[in-house]
Amino acid sequence: MIEFRAVTKRFEDGTIAVDELDLAVEAGTITVFVGPSGCGKTTSLRMVNRMIDPTSGTILVDGKDVLTVDPPTLRRGIGYVIQQAGLFPHRTVLDNIATVPLLSGWDKRKARTRAAELLEIVGLDANFGKRYPAQLSGGQQQRVGVARALAADPPVLLMDEPFSAVDPVVREDLQNELLRLQAELDKTIVFVTHDIDEALKLGDRVAVFQTGGHLAQYAKPTELLAAPANDFVASFVGRDRGYRTLTFLHAEVPVHPVATAKIGERITVEDWTLAVDEQNRPKGWLSGVDGEVEVRESDLISGGSLYDGSTLRSALDAALSSPSALGVVVDEAGAVTGVVRADDVIQALAKARAAGEVPK
Amino acid sequence: MTWIFENWERFWEVTAVHLRLSVVPVLIGFVLAVPLGWWASRSQTARAVLFPFANVLFTIPSIALIVITPVLIGVKILDEINVIVPLTVYTVALMIRSVADALSAVPGNVIAAANAMGYRPLRRFLTVDFPLALPVTIAGLRVATVSNISMVSVGALVGLGGYGQLFTEGYQTDYTGKVLAGLIGTVVLAVLADGLLLLIGRLLTPWARAGR
Repeated sequence: MIEFRAVTKRFEDGTIAVDELDLAVEAGTITVFVGPSGCGKTTSLRMVNRMIDPTSGTILVDGKDVLTVDPPTLRRGIGYVIQQAGLFPHRTVLDNIATVPLLSGWDKRKARTRAAELLEIVGLDANFGKRYPAQLSGGQQQRVGVARALAADPPVLLMDEPFSAVDPVVREDLQNELLRLQAELDKTIVFVTHDIDEALKLGDRVAVFQTGGHLAQYAKPTELLAAPANDFVASFVGRDRGYRTLTFLHAEVPVHPVATAKIGERITVEDWTLAVDEQNRPKGWLSGVDGEVEVRESDLISGGSLYDGSTLRSALDAALSSPSALGVVVDEAGAVTGVVRADDVIQALAKARAAGEVPK
Repeated sequence: MTWIFENWERFWEVTAVHLRLSVVPVLIGFVLAVPLGWWASRSQTARAVLFPFANVLFTIPSIALIVITPVLIGVKILDEINVIVPLTVYTVALMIRSVADALSAVPGNVIAAANAMGYRPLRRFLTVDFPLALPVTIAGLRVATVSNISMVSVGALVGLGGYGQLFTEGYQTDYTGKVLAGLIGTVVLAVLADGLLLLIGRLLTPWARAGR
């Protein structure tokens, strides 16, 4: 879908931003360019829609050399999400989203209708449409940025560190939202970030760039974690890479029953007891109390992270972060279904490894 | 005040001249300053040449410039051009900097986003850069307009100058009422023009006051 062939970019001052890049981005996947600043990841991205032209080499989008297409025309066919959203401050949210359709000559009503549709797709309420960007939070602005990039339904989406300026909680929301959108829309996405966790989470494939514009490794996240191509990749992927590998494993972990008590109930605490609300959602732990007591929210020891049955990483983290060493397992509604133990997770990992499911 | 009521017709006539002599240079100056300011916002060289030149122009005393203009452009001494040209020069000198600063202050990622969306240069300038530069540009325009309204009176030295004529006549005949009438006219005109531009600015840039 997007192909870099021996692409080099040398700036006027002589610095080489991208050095002989050969890389093919598959259609319908998310490819993440990751690396430290000055590694050429953003330059590479910007050469796709000719915000920057290469010094030598060829870039093909859908088999066509981008240098043969007039830049504005090329860009209207490629969605672009920029850092900090880059919304037009003087236009309403709806008009911001309608930018590319209007540039491409759609009539106003059709462009507006499409914009309203997209507002819903990115999870924003219709009444946001009439507001100005300054009236939105950073996370909401970035959602509008994504909607604007999708407006003309381009097959390719370029995302230049789109979530770097928002706080970690909002960033995680936006990442999950992007994965959900991608599952529906099936775009070819190139995503630039300096955050390796973001790269491993979002990327179907990850290209690790090294300072000097050199592509150090281009592989699936699991391969990157299991077999870094060189010391640079190993150190960039980080010390926790063994632990991170668990993110990509979905093995069965035995779920044990746990003693629970509703808030307000009178109980005798024998071992670690999990306090829950009316909907059976976890509220915290009780332990070390003599005789019969009433379960009060203020007496609870707050719990750790929750395991929702997704990855081994979240199972292990739930067990390790819990004061009782029991990781709370919840269902989709957030209700407690039992607990997991760290040793069980390690055993599940050993089993997966024996079965050849862990990349070597 | 009594002079104004007793000489209503003359007062209106002088007001009309004063308004014309101050507003026409603002309009012409603005039209000239936009491309020059745009150029200065894009090129370091243009900045290095235009800004010092504009500063020098602005330091020439208005009396000198108004007296010398007829000699330089060779028109009759009583032609309104003799006031319009120097005031246009001042407007341009003042506005180049406003326009250049306003355009330079448009956020880089907004411009990059506009380019990435597929804007061509002229359309981008007219629908993105310039509208975003409006708040600062209009602030500059208000200063230029008010300063022009005050400077027009100097034109009385070459026999023009709206309210300025009331000053010279009042001074020569020792008639304070006439001087006062010119003074009140100038102040009222300046306040009204400034308020009008403020209002136009607010209507054109509702987004600028859209806070959280």
